[in-house]
Amino acid sequence: MTEAIKTPLYKIYQESSAKFVDFHGWLMPVQYTGIIEEHLAVRNTAGLFDLCHMGEIEVAGKQATEYLQYVLTNDALKLTNGKAQYSLICNNSGGIIDDIIIYRFSEHKYFIVVNASNCEKDYNWFQTNAKSFDVTVKNFSKEMGLIALQGPESENILLAIGCSDAAQLRYFEFTESSIAGCKIMLARVGYTGEDGFELCCSLSDCEKIWKTLIASPHSVKAVPIGLGARDTLRIEAKYSLYGNDIDESTTPMEAGLDWTLALNKADFIGKHSLIKQKQNGISRILVCIEMQEPGIPRQHCLIKNNDKVIGEITSGTHSPTLKKNIGIGYVSRDNAKIGQNVFIEIRGKNRLAQIIGSPFYKGGLYKKRLQIKK
Amino acid sequence: MSVPTDLKYAKSHEWLRKTGEEAEVGITDYAQKEMGDIVFVELPEIEKVFQKGQECAVIESVKAASDIYAPVSGKITAVNDALEANPELINSDPYGKGWIFKISQSSQDDINELMGPDAYSEIIE
Repeated sequence: MTEAIKTPLYKIYQESSAKFVDFHGWLMPVQYTGIIEEHLAVRNTAGLFDLCHMGEIEVAGKQATEYLQYVLTNDALKLTNGKAQYSLICNNSGGIIDDIIIYRFSEHKYFIVVNASNCEKDYNWFQTNAKSFDVTVKNFSKEMGLIALQGPESENILLAIGCSDAAQLRYFEFTESSIAGCKIMLARVGYTGEDGFELCCSLSDCEKIWKTLIASPHSVKAVPIGLGARDTLRIEAKYSLYGNDIDESTTPMEAGLDWTLALNKADFIGKHSLIKQKQNGISRILVCIEMQEPGIPRQHCLIKNNDKVIGEITSGTHSPTLKKNIGIGYVSRDNAKIGQNVFIEIRGKNRLAQIIGSPFYKGGLYKKRLQIKK
Repeated sequence: MSVPTDLKYAKSHEWLRKTGEEAEVGITDYAQKEMGDIVFVELPEIEKVFQKGQECAVIESVKAASDIYAPVSGKITAVNDALEANPELINSDPYGKGWIFKISQSSQDDINELMGPDAYSEIIE
Protein backbone atom coordinates (compact mmCIF):
# COMPACT_ATOMS: atom_id res chain seq x y z
CA MET A 1 0.00 0.00 0.00
CA THR A 2 1.25 3.45 -0.86
CA GLU A 3 0.94 6.09 1.80
CA ALA A 4 -2.27 8.12 1.76
CA ILE A 5 -1.95 11.58 0.19
CA LYS A 6 -2.33 14.55 2.51
CA THR A 7 -4.17 17.68 1.38
CA PRO A 8 -2.56 21.11 1.94
CA LEU A 9 -4.94 21.56 4.89
CA TYR A 10 -3.44 18.64 6.81
CA LYS A 11 -1.23 21.04 8.76
CA ILE A 12 -4.34 22.78 10.12
CA TYR A 13 -5.95 19.51 11.18
CA GLN A 14 -2.94 18.58 13.23
CA GLU A 15 -3.77 21.51 15.49
CA SER A 16 -7.31 20.12 15.97
CA SER A 17 -8.66 16.85 17.36
CA ALA A 18 -9.66 15.57 13.91
CA LYS A 19 -9.88 11.83 13.28
CA PHE A 20 -8.73 10.58 9.91
CA VAL A 21 -9.75 8.00 7.40
CA ASP A 22 -8.13 6.74 4.21
CA PHE A 23 -10.62 7.78 1.53
CA HIS A 24 -9.58 6.32 -1.85
CA GLY A 25 -5.92 6.97 -1.13
CA TRP A 26 -6.42 10.36 0.54
CA LEU A 27 -5.95 10.97 4.22
CA MET A 28 -9.13 12.89 5.01
CA PRO A 29 -10.68 14.12 8.27
CA VAL A 30 -13.74 12.01 9.09
CA GLN A 31 -14.80 14.08 12.08
CA TYR A 32 -13.66 17.02 14.20
CA THR A 33 -15.99 17.55 17.18
CA GLY A 34 -18.61 14.89 16.39
CA ILE A 35 -20.75 14.02 13.38
CA ILE A 36 -24.06 15.21 14.86
CA GLU A 37 -22.68 18.56 16.02
CA GLU A 38 -20.99 19.16 12.66
CA HIS A 39 -24.09 18.08 10.74
CA LEU A 40 -26.33 20.48 12.64
CA ALA A 41 -23.83 23.32 12.21
CA VAL A 42 -24.27 23.02 8.42
CA ARG A 43 -28.06 22.88 8.71
CA ASN A 44 -28.26 25.85 11.10
CA THR A 45 -25.24 28.06 10.40
CA ALA A 46 -22.26 27.10 8.23
CA GLY A 47 -19.57 24.47 7.79
CA LEU A 48 -16.30 24.27 5.90
CA PHE A 49 -15.25 21.16 3.97
CA ASP A 50 -11.86 20.20 2.58
CA LEU A 51 -12.58 18.71 -0.85
CA CYS A 52 -9.02 18.85 -2.16
CA HIS A 53 -9.21 15.13 -2.91
CA MET A 54 -11.74 15.76 -5.69
CA GLY A 55 -10.60 15.90 -9.29
CA GLU A 56 -10.59 18.90 -11.62
CA ILE A 57 -10.44 18.41 -15.38
CA GLU A 58 -10.38 21.12 -18.05
CA VAL A 59 -11.80 20.62 -21.52
CA ALA A 60 -10.80 23.29 -24.01
CA GLY A 61 -10.77 23.70 -27.77
CA LYS A 62 -12.86 24.56 -30.80
CA GLN A 63 -15.10 21.54 -30.35
CA ALA A 64 -15.34 21.58 -26.55
CA THR A 65 -19.13 21.92 -26.52
CA GLU A 66 -19.69 19.23 -29.18
CA TYR A 67 -17.31 16.92 -27.35
CA LEU A 68 -19.06 17.35 -23.99
CA GLN A 69 -22.42 16.76 -25.67
CA TYR A 70 -20.97 13.41 -26.77
CA VAL A 71 -19.34 12.25 -23.49
CA LEU A 72 -21.93 13.57 -21.00
CA THR A 73 -25.63 12.75 -20.66
CA ASN A 74 -27.04 16.19 -19.84
CA ASP A 75 -27.52 18.96 -22.40
CA ALA A 76 -24.45 21.19 -22.29
CA LEU A 77 -26.12 23.55 -24.77
CA LYS A 78 -28.38 24.70 -21.95
CA LEU A 79 -25.34 26.29 -20.31
CA THR A 80 -24.27 29.86 -20.83
CA ASN A 81 -20.99 31.36 -19.58
CA GLY A 82 -20.89 31.32 -15.78
CA LYS A 83 -23.42 28.52 -15.43
CA ALA A 84 -22.86 25.06 -13.96
CA GLN A 85 -24.69 21.78 -14.47
CA TYR A 86 -24.90 18.39 -12.80
CA SER A 87 -24.26 15.69 -15.38
CA LEU A 88 -23.23 12.07 -15.79
CA ILE A 89 -20.61 10.15 -17.72
CA CYS A 90 -22.14 6.88 -18.90
CA ASN A 91 -20.64 3.89 -20.68
CA ASN A 92 -22.10 2.32 -23.82
CA SER A 93 -24.54 0.18 -21.87
CA GLY A 94 -25.82 3.18 -19.88
CA GLY A 95 -23.93 2.34 -16.66
CA ILE A 96 -22.73 5.35 -14.68
CA ILE A 97 -18.98 5.98 -14.92
CA ASP A 98 -19.22 9.07 -12.70
CA ASP A 99 -21.46 11.93 -11.64
CA ILE A 100 -19.89 15.33 -12.12
CA ILE A 101 -20.45 19.08 -12.24
CA ILE A 102 -19.47 20.97 -15.37
CA TYR A 103 -18.73 24.70 -15.44
CA ARG A 104 -18.87 26.71 -18.65
CA PHE A 105 -16.29 29.50 -18.97
CA SER A 106 -16.94 29.87 -22.69
CA GLU A 107 -18.13 27.87 -25.66
CA HIS A 108 -14.55 26.67 -25.97
CA LYS A 109 -13.59 26.17 -22.34
CA TYR A 110 -15.19 24.09 -19.60
CA PHE A 111 -14.12 22.90 -16.21
CA ILE A 112 -15.30 19.61 -14.71
CA VAL A 113 -15.22 18.55 -11.05
CA VAL A 114 -15.18 14.77 -10.65
CA ASN A 115 -15.16 12.31 -7.74
CA ALA A 116 -11.79 11.59 -6.13
CA SER A 117 -12.28 7.85 -6.52
CA ASN A 118 -12.89 8.19 -10.27
CA CYS A 119 -10.44 10.89 -11.25
CA GLU A 120 -7.95 8.71 -13.15
CA LYS A 121 -10.71 6.60 -14.71
CA ASP A 122 -12.62 9.69 -15.89
CA TYR A 123 -9.51 11.38 -17.24
CA ASN A 124 -8.58 8.29 -19.24
CA TRP A 125 -12.16 7.98 -20.52
CA PHE A 126 -12.19 11.63 -21.55
CA GLN A 127 -8.82 11.22 -23.30
CA THR A 128 -9.85 8.06 -25.15
CA ASN A 129 -13.02 9.64 -26.42
CA ALA A 130 -11.40 12.95 -27.37
CA LYS A 131 -9.50 11.55 -30.34
CA SER A 132 -11.96 12.57 -33.05
CA PHE A 133 -12.60 16.02 -31.57
CA ASP A 134 -10.58 19.21 -31.69
CA VAL A 135 -10.18 19.46 -27.90
CA THR A 136 -7.52 19.15 -25.23
CA VAL A 137 -8.30 17.50 -21.91
CA LYS A 138 -6.10 18.44 -18.98
CA ASN A 139 -6.09 17.01 -15.49
CA PHE A 140 -5.52 19.79 -12.94
CA SER A 141 -6.27 17.64 -9.89
CA LYS A 142 -2.72 17.85 -8.57
CA GLU A 143 -2.63 21.65 -8.86
CA MET A 144 -6.15 22.67 -7.88
CA GLY A 145 -7.83 22.52 -4.49
CA LEU A 146 -11.51 22.66 -3.59
CA ILE A 147 -13.13 24.00 -0.42
CA ALA A 148 -16.89 23.96 0.26
CA LEU A 149 -18.67 26.45 2.49
CA GLN A 150 -22.18 25.17 3.16
CA GLY A 151 -25.08 26.30 5.28
CA PRO A 152 -27.54 29.21 5.53
CA GLU A 153 -24.88 31.66 6.79
CA SER A 154 -22.43 30.92 3.95
CA GLU A 155 -23.26 33.99 1.90
CA ASN A 156 -22.93 36.30 4.90
CA ILE A 157 -19.59 34.77 5.84
CA LEU A 158 -18.27 35.48 2.32
CA LEU A 159 -19.69 39.00 2.27
CA ALA A 160 -18.04 39.76 5.63
CA ILE A 161 -14.59 39.00 4.15
CA GLY A 162 -15.28 41.27 1.20
CA CYS A 163 -16.25 38.61 -1.32
CA SER A 164 -19.26 40.53 -2.65
CA ASP A 165 -19.55 38.26 -5.70
CA ALA A 166 -21.27 35.73 -3.45
CA ALA A 167 -24.45 37.80 -3.38
CA GLN A 168 -24.63 37.96 -7.18
CA LEU A 169 -24.70 34.20 -7.74
CA ARG A 170 -27.85 32.15 -8.03
CA TYR A 171 -27.86 28.40 -7.57
CA PHE A 172 -25.62 26.64 -10.11
CA GLU A 173 -23.92 29.86 -11.18
CA PHE A 174 -20.23 30.65 -10.78
CA THR A 175 -17.76 33.45 -11.26
CA GLU A 176 -14.06 34.18 -11.02
CA SER A 177 -13.46 35.97 -7.75
CA SER A 178 -10.84 36.34 -5.05
CA ILE A 179 -10.37 35.80 -1.32
CA ALA A 180 -7.45 37.25 0.63
CA GLY A 181 -5.82 38.18 -2.67
CA CYS A 182 -6.02 34.60 -3.97
CA LYS A 183 -7.76 33.89 -7.24
CA ILE A 184 -10.73 31.52 -6.93
CA MET A 185 -13.58 30.11 -8.93
CA LEU A 186 -16.63 30.70 -6.74
CA ALA A 187 -19.68 28.52 -7.44
CA ARG A 188 -23.04 28.35 -5.71
CA VAL A 189 -23.31 24.56 -5.60
CA GLY A 190 -23.07 21.87 -2.95
CA TYR A 191 -23.68 18.36 -1.69
CA THR A 192 -25.47 18.99 1.59
CA GLY A 193 -29.05 19.99 0.72
CA GLU A 194 -28.26 23.43 2.11
CA ASP A 195 -27.42 26.71 0.38
CA GLY A 196 -23.68 27.13 -0.04
CA PHE A 197 -20.62 27.54 -2.20
CA GLU A 198 -17.66 25.62 -3.54
CA LEU A 199 -14.39 27.45 -4.03
CA CYS A 200 -11.83 26.13 -6.45
CA CYS A 201 -8.33 27.54 -6.10
CA SER A 202 -4.66 26.76 -6.44
CA LEU A 203 -3.58 24.05 -3.94
CA SER A 204 -0.97 26.42 -2.54
CA ASP A 205 -3.66 29.00 -1.64
CA CYS A 206 -5.94 26.56 0.21
CA GLU A 207 -4.52 27.15 3.66
CA LYS A 208 -4.77 30.93 3.39
CA ILE A 209 -8.34 30.79 2.06
CA TRP A 210 -9.43 28.28 4.71
CA LYS A 211 -8.02 30.43 7.51
CA THR A 212 -9.64 33.57 6.07
CA LEU A 213 -13.05 31.85 5.93
CA ILE A 214 -12.73 30.51 9.49
CA ALA A 215 -11.77 33.99 10.73
CA SER A 216 -14.56 35.83 8.87
CA PRO A 217 -15.81 38.70 11.06
CA HIS A 218 -19.44 37.66 10.48
CA SER A 219 -21.24 37.14 13.79
CA VAL A 220 -21.65 33.41 13.09
CA LYS A 221 -18.53 31.32 12.38
CA ALA A 222 -18.09 28.45 9.97
CA VAL A 223 -16.79 25.27 11.62
CA PRO A 224 -14.79 22.50 9.93
CA ILE A 225 -16.81 19.46 8.82
CA GLY A 226 -15.48 15.94 8.24
CA LEU A 227 -16.47 13.26 5.76
CA GLY A 228 -18.75 11.67 8.38
CA ALA A 229 -21.16 14.60 8.43
CA ARG A 230 -20.72 15.09 4.69
CA ASP A 231 -22.21 11.62 4.30
CA THR A 232 -25.15 12.14 6.71
CA LEU A 233 -25.95 15.52 5.10
CA ARG A 234 -26.01 14.14 1.58
CA ILE A 235 -28.08 11.10 2.59
CA GLU A 236 -30.76 13.35 4.12
CA ALA A 237 -30.87 15.22 0.79
CA LYS A 238 -30.86 11.87 -1.09
CA TYR A 239 -27.81 12.79 -3.12
CA SER A 240 -26.13 9.73 -4.58
CA LEU A 241 -22.62 8.77 -3.53
CA TYR A 242 -20.58 7.16 -6.27
CA GLY A 243 -19.51 3.68 -5.21
CA ASN A 244 -22.47 3.31 -2.82
CA ASP A 245 -25.66 4.27 -4.63
CA ILE A 246 -24.43 4.53 -8.19
CA ASP A 247 -21.71 2.78 -10.21
CA GLU A 248 -21.23 1.19 -13.62
CA SER A 249 -23.78 -1.52 -12.82
CA THR A 250 -26.54 1.04 -12.16
CA THR A 251 -28.18 3.32 -14.72
CA PRO A 252 -29.44 6.91 -14.41
CA MET A 253 -33.07 5.84 -14.61
CA GLU A 254 -32.67 3.28 -11.85
CA ALA A 255 -30.95 5.90 -9.69
CA GLY A 256 -33.71 8.48 -10.23
CA LEU A 257 -31.30 10.63 -12.22
CA ASP A 258 -33.27 10.57 -15.49
CA TRP A 259 -33.56 14.36 -15.27
CA THR A 260 -29.87 14.46 -16.25
CA LEU A 261 -30.55 12.62 -19.52
CA ALA A 262 -31.01 14.69 -22.66
CA LEU A 263 -32.23 11.78 -24.75
CA ASN A 264 -33.26 14.04 -27.61
CA LYS A 265 -29.79 15.47 -28.20
CA ALA A 266 -27.52 14.16 -30.98
CA ASP A 267 -25.59 10.97 -30.35
CA PHE A 268 -23.89 10.58 -26.98
CA ILE A 269 -22.23 7.63 -25.29
CA GLY A 270 -24.87 5.37 -23.78
CA LYS A 271 -27.79 7.01 -25.63
CA HIS A 272 -28.86 3.88 -27.49
CA SER A 273 -28.98 1.72 -24.33
CA LEU A 274 -30.68 4.41 -22.28
CA ILE A 275 -33.45 4.93 -24.86
CA LYS A 276 -33.98 1.18 -24.95
CA GLN A 277 -34.21 1.13 -21.17
CA LYS A 278 -36.72 3.95 -21.22
CA GLN A 279 -38.88 2.02 -23.70
CA ASN A 280 -38.62 -1.31 -21.90
CA GLY A 281 -38.87 0.12 -18.40
CA ILE A 282 -36.56 -0.52 -15.48
CA SER A 283 -36.69 -3.45 -13.09
CA ARG A 284 -35.48 -1.62 -9.97
CA ILE A 285 -35.36 1.90 -8.60
CA LEU A 286 -33.57 3.80 -5.83
CA VAL A 287 -35.96 4.75 -3.02
CA CYS A 288 -35.94 6.48 0.37
CA ILE A 289 -36.62 4.27 3.36
CA GLU A 290 -37.47 5.30 6.91
CA MET A 291 -37.25 2.83 9.79
CA GLN A 292 -40.39 2.27 11.85
CA GLU A 293 -38.65 -0.07 14.30
CA PRO A 294 -35.27 0.38 16.02
CA GLY A 295 -32.06 -0.21 14.08
CA ILE A 296 -30.07 1.63 11.45
CA PRO A 297 -30.15 0.40 7.87
CA ARG A 298 -26.56 0.12 6.63
CA GLN A 299 -25.07 -0.55 3.21
CA HIS A 300 -25.83 -4.13 2.03
CA CYS A 301 -28.73 -4.71 4.47
CA LEU A 302 -31.43 -6.68 2.63
CA ILE A 303 -34.80 -5.06 1.90
CA LYS A 304 -37.72 -7.49 2.08
CA ASN A 305 -41.42 -7.68 1.36
CA ASN A 306 -42.35 -10.14 4.09
CA ASP A 307 -39.75 -12.86 3.51
CA LYS A 308 -39.04 -12.13 -0.13
CA VAL A 309 -35.87 -10.15 -0.83
CA ILE A 310 -36.77 -7.16 -3.02
CA GLY A 311 -33.56 -5.15 -2.79
CA GLU A 312 -30.59 -3.90 -0.83
CA ILE A 313 -29.66 -0.77 1.11
CA THR A 314 -26.89 1.23 -0.59
CA SER A 315 -26.49 4.00 2.04
CA GLY A 316 -27.97 4.43 5.49
CA THR A 317 -27.52 6.34 8.69
CA HIS A 318 -29.10 7.94 11.68
CA SER A 319 -30.47 11.29 10.50
CA PRO A 320 -29.32 14.01 12.90
CA THR A 321 -31.86 16.53 11.56
CA LEU A 322 -34.92 14.27 11.59
CA LYS A 323 -33.74 12.09 14.51
CA LYS A 324 -34.84 9.04 12.54
CA ASN A 325 -33.01 6.11 11.01
CA ILE A 326 -32.99 6.34 7.24
CA GLY A 327 -31.62 4.56 4.21
CA ILE A 328 -31.45 4.61 0.43
CA GLY A 329 -31.68 1.41 -1.56
CA TYR A 330 -32.74 -0.26 -4.77
CA VAL A 331 -36.01 -2.17 -4.72
CA SER A 332 -37.84 -4.00 -7.51
CA ARG A 333 -40.13 -1.67 -9.49
CA ASP A 334 -43.34 -3.34 -8.28
CA ASN A 335 -42.31 -2.83 -4.66
CA ALA A 336 -41.44 0.85 -4.88
CA LYS A 337 -44.70 2.54 -3.90
CA ILE A 338 -44.48 5.42 -1.45
CA GLY A 339 -46.10 4.37 1.81
CA GLN A 340 -45.38 0.68 1.28
CA ASN A 341 -44.15 -1.20 4.33
CA VAL A 342 -40.97 -3.22 3.95
CA PHE A 343 -38.59 -5.05 6.26
CA ILE A 344 -34.90 -4.33 6.58
CA GLU A 345 -32.78 -7.24 7.73
CA ILE A 346 -30.52 -5.89 10.45
CA ARG A 347 -28.26 -8.40 12.21
CA GLY A 348 -30.49 -11.31 11.18
CA LYS A 349 -33.76 -9.70 12.32
CA ASN A 350 -36.49 -8.24 10.11
CA ARG A 351 -37.17 -4.67 11.18
CA LEU A 352 -40.21 -2.76 9.95
CA ALA A 353 -39.60 0.23 7.66
CA GLN A 354 -41.50 2.25 5.10
CA ILE A 355 -40.77 3.60 1.63
CA ILE A 356 -41.20 7.37 1.75
CA GLY A 357 -41.05 10.29 -0.69
CA SER A 358 -37.71 11.84 -1.63
CA PRO A 359 -35.78 13.58 -0.14
CA PHE A 360 -35.72 12.94 3.61
CA TYR A 361 -34.80 16.50 4.48
CA LYS A 362 -37.30 18.97 3.09
CA GLY A 363 -35.85 22.18 4.53
CA GLY A 364 -32.87 24.16 3.26
CA LEU A 365 -32.36 24.16 -0.47
CA TYR A 366 -35.37 21.94 -1.17
CA LYS A 367 -37.72 24.44 0.44
CA LYS A 368 -35.98 27.39 -1.17
CA ARG A 369 -36.20 25.93 -4.66
CA LEU A 370 -39.82 24.98 -4.13
CA GLN A 371 -40.57 28.61 -3.26
CA ILE A 372 -38.78 29.81 -6.40
CA LYS A 373 -40.83 27.42 -8.56
CA LYS A 374 -44.06 28.77 -7.08
CA MET B 1 -8.61 9.55 28.35
CA SER B 2 -10.21 8.51 31.62
CA VAL B 3 -9.38 5.02 32.98
CA PRO B 4 -10.80 4.69 36.52
CA THR B 5 -8.53 2.72 38.87
CA ASP B 6 -11.32 0.72 40.56
CA LEU B 7 -12.45 -1.11 37.40
CA LYS B 8 -11.37 -4.16 35.40
CA TYR B 9 -10.98 -4.02 31.61
CA ALA B 10 -11.31 -6.32 28.60
CA LYS B 11 -9.15 -6.04 25.48
CA SER B 12 -12.34 -5.36 23.54
CA HIS B 13 -12.79 -2.12 25.56
CA GLU B 14 -15.52 -3.12 28.00
CA TRP B 15 -15.13 -2.24 31.69
CA LEU B 16 -16.44 -4.28 34.62
CA ARG B 17 -17.34 -3.12 38.12
CA LYS B 18 -17.86 -5.82 40.76
CA THR B 19 -20.80 -4.99 43.02
CA GLY B 20 -21.36 -7.94 45.38
CA GLU B 21 -22.72 -10.95 43.46
CA GLU B 22 -23.21 -8.94 40.29
CA ALA B 23 -20.92 -7.01 38.02
CA GLU B 24 -21.82 -3.91 36.06
CA VAL B 25 -20.52 -3.64 32.48
CA GLY B 26 -20.08 -0.73 30.09
CA ILE B 27 -17.64 0.52 27.47
CA THR B 28 -14.60 2.63 28.18
CA ASP B 29 -14.10 6.33 27.59
CA TYR B 30 -11.62 5.42 24.86
CA ALA B 31 -14.21 3.21 23.12
CA GLN B 32 -16.98 5.82 23.21
CA LYS B 33 -14.62 8.43 21.78
CA GLU B 34 -13.61 6.09 18.98
CA MET B 35 -17.25 5.31 18.13
CA GLY B 36 -18.39 8.93 18.18
CA ASP B 37 -22.04 9.95 18.62
CA ILE B 38 -23.96 6.91 19.88
CA VAL B 39 -27.54 6.80 18.60
CA PHE B 40 -28.84 3.32 19.34
CA VAL B 41 -28.10 0.46 21.74
CA GLU B 42 -29.41 -3.07 21.28
CA LEU B 43 -29.46 -4.39 24.84
CA PRO B 44 -29.13 -8.07 25.77
CA GLU B 45 -32.14 -10.03 27.03
CA ILE B 46 -32.42 -10.39 30.79
CA GLU B 47 -31.85 -13.99 32.04
CA LYS B 48 -29.82 -14.82 28.96
CA VAL B 49 -26.51 -16.59 29.60
CA PHE B 50 -23.37 -15.53 27.73
CA GLN B 51 -19.94 -17.04 27.50
CA LYS B 52 -16.92 -14.84 27.99
CA GLY B 53 -16.09 -13.10 24.70
CA GLN B 54 -19.52 -13.72 23.21
CA GLU B 55 -21.35 -10.87 21.43
CA CYS B 56 -24.12 -9.74 23.73
CA ALA B 57 -25.08 -6.18 22.73
CA VAL B 58 -24.68 -3.80 19.81
CA ILE B 59 -23.90 -0.11 19.93
CA GLU B 60 -24.68 1.97 16.87
CA SER B 61 -22.94 5.27 16.31
CA VAL B 62 -23.87 7.52 13.40
CA LYS B 63 -21.04 5.96 11.45
CA ALA B 64 -21.20 2.23 12.25
CA ALA B 65 -22.41 -0.63 14.44
CA SER B 66 -20.04 -2.14 17.03
CA ASP B 67 -20.44 -5.42 18.90
CA ILE B 68 -20.14 -5.48 22.66
CA TYR B 69 -18.70 -8.67 24.15
CA ALA B 70 -19.37 -10.25 27.53
CA PRO B 71 -16.13 -9.59 29.45
CA VAL B 72 -16.90 -12.60 31.70
CA SER B 73 -19.26 -15.58 31.44
CA GLY B 74 -22.55 -15.23 33.29
CA LYS B 75 -26.25 -14.46 33.25
CA ILE B 76 -27.72 -11.03 32.46
CA THR B 77 -29.60 -9.74 35.51
CA ALA B 78 -30.35 -6.16 34.49
CA VAL B 79 -30.02 -3.81 31.54
CA ASN B 80 -29.84 -0.04 31.46
CA ASP B 81 -33.27 0.86 30.03
CA ALA B 82 -32.36 4.56 30.09
CA LEU B 83 -30.17 3.91 27.05
CA GLU B 84 -33.23 3.21 24.90
CA ALA B 85 -34.32 6.84 25.05
CA ASN B 86 -30.86 8.32 25.70
CA PRO B 87 -28.13 6.23 24.10
CA GLU B 88 -25.84 9.29 24.25
CA LEU B 89 -25.44 8.65 28.00
CA ILE B 90 -22.63 6.30 26.94
CA ASN B 91 -20.82 9.28 25.40
CA SER B 92 -21.45 11.69 28.26
CA ASP B 93 -20.93 9.32 31.21
CA PRO B 94 -19.40 6.00 30.06
CA TYR B 95 -18.50 4.77 33.57
CA GLY B 96 -21.69 5.96 35.30
CA LYS B 97 -25.12 6.58 33.75
CA GLY B 98 -23.88 4.94 30.55
CA TRP B 99 -23.54 1.44 32.05
CA ILE B 100 -25.04 -1.20 29.72
CA PHE B 101 -25.90 -4.38 31.65
CA LYS B 102 -25.33 -6.34 34.87
CA ILE B 103 -24.08 -9.89 34.80
CA SER B 104 -24.03 -12.48 37.63
CA GLN B 105 -22.71 -15.96 38.43
CA SER B 106 -19.32 -15.05 37.01
CA SER B 107 -16.30 -16.99 38.17
CA GLN B 108 -13.52 -15.21 40.02
CA ASP B 109 -11.07 -16.72 37.50
CA ASP B 110 -12.82 -14.87 34.64
CA ILE B 111 -12.62 -11.62 36.58
CA ASN B 112 -8.97 -12.16 37.47
CA GLU B 113 -8.12 -12.61 33.81
CA LEU B 114 -9.28 -9.08 32.98
CA MET B 115 -6.79 -6.23 32.90
CA GLY B 116 -6.19 -3.65 35.56
CA PRO B 117 -6.19 0.08 34.75
CA ASP B 118 -2.43 0.22 34.10
CA ALA B 119 -2.43 -2.65 31.61
CA TYR B 120 -5.49 -1.22 29.85
CA SER B 121 -3.97 2.27 29.68
CA GLU B 122 -0.99 0.75 27.89
CA ILE B 123 -3.07 -0.86 25.13
CA ILE B 124 -4.95 2.36 24.30
CA GLU B 125 -1.86 4.52 24.11
